[in-house]
Amino acid sequence: MLPTPSTDHVDFDKIYEPAEDSYLLLDTLSSESEKAFLHTHFGPSTPAPFVIEIGSGSGVVLSFIHAHSEIIFGRADILTAGVDVNLHACKATIQTVNVAENEQQSRGLTHGFYLGNISTDLGTALRPGNVDVLVFNPPYVPTPNLPPLLQDENLSSFDTDSHLLSLSYAGGEDGMEVTNRLLDALPEILDRTRGCAYILLCAQNKPEVVKEMIREWGEAWKAETVSRSGKVGGWEKLQIIRVWREFPPSAIQ
Amino acid sequence: MKVLTLNFLTCAVKACKSSSASFPLHPKDCELVSDTIKPDPRLIHNILPRVDWTALSTTALELGFPALPDQAPTKEQLEEDEKMMGELHTLLLETQINEGKLVCGNCGHEYAVKEGIANFLLPNHLV
Repeated sequence: MLPTPSTDHVDFDKIYEPAEDSYLLLDTLSSESEKAFLHTHFGPSTPAPFVIEIGSGSGVVLSFIHAHSEIIFGRADILTAGVDVNLHACKATIQTVNVAENEQQSRGLTHGFYLGNISTDLGTALRPGNVDVLVFNPPYVPTPNLPPLLQDENLSSFDTDSHLLSLSYAGGEDGMEVTNRLLDALPEILDRTRGCAYILLCAQNKPEVVKEMIREWGEAWKAETVSRSGKVGGWEKLQIIRVWREFPPSAIQ
Repeated sequence: MKVLTLNFLTCAVKACKSSSASFPLHPKDCELVSDTIKPDPRLIHNILPRVDWTALSTTALELGFPALPDQAPTKEQLEEDEKMMGELHTLLLETQINEGKLVCGNCGHEYAVKEGIANFLLPNHLV
């Protein structure tokens, strides 16, 4: 078991506290099947993979990938970055990454190269076609409404703890309103050949429907469930889907 | 945020997506800090193939760094040229933008960078 990055320094009144969903992501990314996929997909002589977490929150998932890149990817030279609408989460992520890096260094171990965190709405600020691995633990809880996103002028009311936390879990209709926005942009955000994404869904998000929709983007598009979790009898049955493109041998340039 | 981040960012305004002027964003009034990072030639060798060299050159010039060559050096060239390797190490790995603004060349919108975090959240009318 790879050590979980420490988040002791994080203020969980304002930032999503790592929970079952976060830990499912950690377990999945370090699982045998996903290590095998990532090792092959991003072989050591290929350009450094760019890994981004949308909604980095406390930074626990991004820091895990960042710290254990050698194990997860088979190479330490990965570029990592985080994105979050919550400025406090951006600050927390930076700290969590630093703590995890120092931990690795103190053990004489490697880690990735962290570019930083930006405060933004999903992938809107990203230059298209650059992301190799996108990780997203969305606000997936079905809610009657979506909390409004920050409008610059309204900084003080946006900054209330409850509003910030609601942005981390409230997913609107079927818990999919934010995820659908990300999915709409995903084909453009990802690298055209090797870009892939790990997205967490709960049962109420209707994962089978989501996967079918992704497959309809085109013949090359694949979407499979790579892990599941969920308390027996609990309502929050979770799973992680991997989204990627697979080209028939004749199409590879 | 590392200077290299600018190679991955663009203006968030929808209308700017179709304009090539929205990348790279232009640093303005930036306060830079330098981390001390161990030499890592392999990282540099593997970053270069995925960098938009023209954009990186623009960014380097705008931040007051020495001009970069017209084309990205090959691995072999870098192995011979310690000075260039050192410059790339400083520019790509060590330099961070701590405070300042990032300006879109298309619409002129200025994104603020504070404590190393760039704020790309847009006011209502620009979304």
